[in-house]
Amino acid sequence: MNYDSILNQRIQGIKPSGIRKFFFLLEEMTDAISLGIGEPDFVTPWHIRDAGIYSLERGHTKYTSNAGMLQLRREIAAYLKRRFDLDYDHNSQILVTVGGSEAIDLSLRVLLNPGDEVIVPAPSFVCYGPLTEMAGGVPVYVELKGENQFRLTAQQLREAITPKTKALVLPFPSNPTGGIMERADLEAIAQVLEGTDIMVISDEIYAELTYGQRHVSPANLPSMYDRTVVVNGFSKSHAMTGWRMGYVCAPKPIIAAMTKLHQFGIMSAPTTSQYAAVEAMRNGDPDIEHMQREYDSRRRYLVEQLNRIGLECFEPKGAFYVFPCIRSTGLTSEEFCQQFLMEEKVAVIPGNAFGPGGEGYVRACYAASMKDIAESVRRMENFLVNLRRRQGKQD
Amino acid sequence: MNTLLELLEQDCTQPPAQLAAQCGMTEAQVKAELARMENDGTILGYQAVVDWDRVNRETVTALIEVKVVPQSINGFDRIAERIYQYEEVESLYLMSGSFDLTVIISGRTLREVARFVGERLATIDGVTGTATHFILKKYKEKHLVFRPREPEEREYIFT
Repeated sequence: MNYDSILNQRIQGIKPSGIRKFFFLLEEMTDAISLGIGEPDFVTPWHIRDAGIYSLERGHTKYTSNAGMLQLRREIAAYLKRRFDLDYDHNSQILVTVGGSEAIDLSLRVLLNPGDEVIVPAPSFVCYGPLTEMAGGVPVYVELKGENQFRLTAQQLREAITPKTKALVLPFPSNPTGGIMERADLEAIAQVLEGTDIMVISDEIYAELTYGQRHVSPANLPSMYDRTVVVNGFSKSHAMTGWRMGYVCAPKPIIAAMTKLHQFGIMSAPTTSQYAAVEAMRNGDPDIEHMQREYDSRRRYLVEQLNRIGLECFEPKGAFYVFPCIRSTGLTSEEFCQQFLMEEKVAVIPGNAFGPGGEGYVRACYAASMKDIAESVRRMENFLVNLRRRQGKQD
Repeated sequence: MNTLLELLEQDCTQPPAQLAAQCGMTEAQVKAELARMENDGTILGYQAVVDWDRVNRETVTALIEVKVVPQSINGFDRIAERIYQYEEVESLYLMSGSFDLTVIISGRTLREVARFVGERLATIDGVTGTATHFILKKYKEKHLVFRPREPEEREYIFT
């Protein structure tokens, strides 16, 4: 059988990550220290795990309502109000999804018609472009700049908008850069969008992980509320990646459309995870704050050390990544990561894996133990010293 | 942001520069703070948490409930001081409830611990009764779990 002619053309058109070779290498290096995986190193707090276990003991093993358990949606609404001053009605404006990823996929699929353009700031998490394409849309990448602290500027947005623009993705706090958008930045974006029908998909999965200031959602701006789809979840805030718990909040007609699609494709998010999520919302705020403090300590250390050993690194104000510039080494991102992995056995991710604008940078995740971070810095310094020595000889 | 003391409690082997970066201080400030807190007794010491079961050394640990008649002048403190002078005493706490002091002691053998209780502890003036409980297995101490790390089996996830 010729599967090339059988498989859907769009999925065939989506190119696998250009740095697959590097990932193969990574998978074989099992003894490497990994600052590569973007995932909390914490285990889900016990009281949350226990709530999941208890729900199983009581026999809660059936589907929930399509939109997610009512008590969970109530708790999410209260949480969003309490921590981000966001108002969403639990009955009509919140849908519980299988991770933030499903929420992003649903958002794109209910919004896009064939040929619609989606503005995707990059470097950013890798899913927006491919999911846009699968939904029939066309991703339009906007390269974020280090000198702008990887924020999207009004000017860049204005230049990217065409009559076909349907949506703008705002992936802040950002994976991989650690960049954020402050209220003033969002107000400038809001002004550009004023009078258009362009929707905003705001991926706020790292909203709880900001340092020095609280996260501001575009939905906090009155002029943006009606055009904003807020994607969030429990993976990063409560260290619950494996539970696959996300949610999406938006104006009523959009949630209604998403729920329609979700009920056909998914039915309902995992029941055990929903019970655990209720506990996370009710009693998990201290966990969030504890983890945030931990990450902040490691972040300060890593940024200071990278700058000390000569890798220019802007201060990331969100998420749990640093994104140092490695151009001073004369290597490409991929060469840098490959050589660093082979010589010193530490995994960091080439910036070009995250789309346009990522070349010249590497991503290191500091959701790792302080011991591993300190050891990685030591090896990085060693790597740079050896590299400079070699380059000196070559010149 | 963690305070210096919280960071030390997690891992006191971190060098001052590393502590400084994490808690937003300079290295010199951290060194000065450490010296100050070591002097004034805020930091009592730095110790390793050891799983003795993994090396060839037999030890037994016992938790002893002690009932006492408080002395008129300094109450419980006077008796407590007499008890903690002994090298064998690892920890000593004043308790609320049905007994007064918790003494945790370690010895090489059961007999050694029994002798300590019978000959040293029970004979102290003011001690009216003891109940000795031997610790059979340690699961967790100082937030650390006595269990070798399970090997993680996982594919590389690109997130």
